[in-house]
Amino acid sequence: MTDQSSAAAAPIIIITDLVKQFGRFAALRGVSAEFAPRRMYAILGDNGAGKTTLLRVLAGLSRPTRGSVSMLGTTDLRAICRHVGYMAHPSLLYDELSGTENLRYFARLYEIEGRQRCASVISAVGVDPLLPRPIAQYSQGMRQKISLARAILHDPQVLLLDEPFSNVDVHSARDIGARLAQMRDAGKTIFVVTHQSSLLESLADEFVWMQAGQIVTRTPHLLPVEAR
Amino acid sequence: MKRAFPIFAILTALLLSYALYAALVMAPTEKTMGDVQRIFYYHVPSAWTAFLLFLINFVASVVYLIRRHPLADIVAAVTAEVGVVFCTVVLVTGPLWARPVWGIWWTWDVRLTSTLVLWLIYVSYLMLRRFSSSSQTPVLAAALAVFGALDVPLVYFSIWIFRTQHPQPVIGGGGSIDPRMLHILLLNWLAFLCFAGLICWSRYRLERLRREVEETQALEALLEPRRVL
Amino acid sequence: MSLAGITGATLAKDLRLEWRSKDAINAMLFFALLVVVVFSFSFDPNAEESRQIAGGLIWVAFLFASVVALNQTWARELRNQALDAYRVSPAPANALFLAKTVGNFIFVGVLEVLMTPLFIVFYKLRALGPAWQLIPVAILGTWALVVNGTFFAAMSIRTRSREIMLPLLLFPISIPAILAMVNATTAILTGELSSRFWIVLLATYDVVFTIACLLLFEMVLHAE
Repeated sequence: MTDQSSAAAAPIIIITDLVKQFGRFAALRGVSAEFAPRRMYAILGDNGAGKTTLLRVLAGLSRPTRGSVSMLGTTDLRAICRHVGYMAHPSLLYDELSGTENLRYFARLYEIEGRQRCASVISAVGVDPLLPRPIAQYSQGMRQKISLARAILHDPQVLLLDEPFSNVDVHSARDIGARLAQMRDAGKTIFVVTHQSSLLESLADEFVWMQAGQIVTRTPHLLPVEAR
Repeated sequence: MKRAFPIFAILTALLLSYALYAALVMAPTEKTMGDVQRIFYYHVPSAWTAFLLFLINFVASVVYLIRRHPLADIVAAVTAEVGVVFCTVVLVTGPLWARPVWGIWWTWDVRLTSTLVLWLIYVSYLMLRRFSSSSQTPVLAAALAVFGALDVPLVYFSIWIFRTQHPQPVIGGGGSIDPRMLHILLLNWLAFLCFAGLICWSRYRLERLRREVEETQALEALLEPRRVL
Repeated sequence: MSLAGITGATLAKDLRLEWRSKDAINAMLFFALLVVVVFSFSFDPNAEESRQIAGGLIWVAFLFASVVALNQTWARELRNQALDAYRVSPAPANALFLAKTVGNFIFVGVLEVLMTPLFIVFYKLRALGPAWQLIPVAILGTWALVVNGTFFAAMSIRTRSREIMLPLLLFPISIPAILAMVNATTAILTGELSSRFWIVLLATYDVVFTIACLLLFEMVLHAE
């Protein structure tokens, strides 16, 4: 459990001079930033700007070449993984299982009481939990919603979402956006990597622009593209 | 330090030529096998050197797994490479000697077979290093080295039992070795050790240089404005 | 407690996936069948000869077939990068390893149960030694193959051309185990020698490498 009162003032994530190289290719080239809790950040930028890599480092999936990440007061990201939810561009789900079966399995990994929690999370993202089909037969939008449900299953403090709106129709996307705003209002810190920045225009608290492996600017409002 | 390398190289060359002279001319001719026995001065020291290098590889791998020091990884990579080369020499000179003496190129004897298996294990180790794509190659390689080292006694033991259950040509056959032969054998081993040390040293310097270049290039990639894909 | 629980959940999930897709078991069965048939063409099996070489044939067929299953285990996890979902969870790495190993043990075990009658029919086998000893040999031998196989398959997903990499890593290390399985089987079939030593060797191999895998798996899983 994190201390809510102190976390409100102090930054929840401190990134110091983060570098990630894949051979000769530098995906992150010295990223330093602080992020306050209970806010929604939209991370924007071109393909290859390092958004996904940054998210993977924050999730503890990718070890940085240099630099450090401190989250919820510790640099040991393994120790706080219970408080972090991660949603990637691929679904991270098993195609042969139904939505509920997928979530029940992941609930076991977090050792939380599955049955009710899974049903309520699936309903919360707007899918019928009784759907018996394997998710390979779901629509892209529904799979995306189940993927989000998996990320929020264990009620994490920090949510890292990679392209939650891709391949999703506008209606579902607005639905997911509204859901995220609710969670932010409930005290979560949310990072959304996206190309469809317009969807977050009125929802996100801050827009973080990345370019060529660095954070170039942070703005409270969505700027027109020319202003970069 | 810069001068030490050429000096060591010259000394090794001198020692190797003297050891060759000793093996081919000074050493007494073996009674039954004749001159072909002289290959023994190359075969045995190569084997001992290869085993020593594999031992160093194992130690360096364990050190790497514990400390994660990049130099330990370089040592492991280098000793495995050079060890495979010496092990190859053993596997080639063995049959060359066996053909005239035993009348066969190869026998599934315990020492031969375990050396062959050892060679296979370390070739697969080098393959892993070559094919591994992630930046975590050293971790994977070190883990495999530990597996390989654990396997060695099992390999030896299993082949030993396997062979003792089956008929095989008589090898060696005890008896004492001429002290002059032993001296020349040890001299050759020393020469081979120096030679192996020399190759490892130069390979080590090369590998460090290669990694420095890689780091510099990576650093340049960090500094220069990147082309947008 | 949590290790056993998560291992069980992961194993149940894998078995369910395999039950629905049948990717591994079908490919494996057909492959083993091909090996048996092709081998039987390469020599003329009569009862005496085949007793001498059947031990080798059986285990080589199972070894090749199990590579198919071993590659499948991790391919399944990589399909939608579901492995990442495991890696961000607090679940211990060894639970994943144990579940995968037990899963592969079951797949290869099923294969052995189905293929052995075929071998007996094709090669007219009848054990002259104590046939019940084949059971511990099969159990220990299969574990020896799958424990290292699962580990090296996890290792090879971090490499280029990963399907090729697995046999290259697995076969050299497995030589003592293969030697032990083949010789124990031959000893039992011919009834000439005792298989006791080989069974002890297999057990030692299993213990040594199971411990090594459990100690090193977390490092391999998070090697990125």
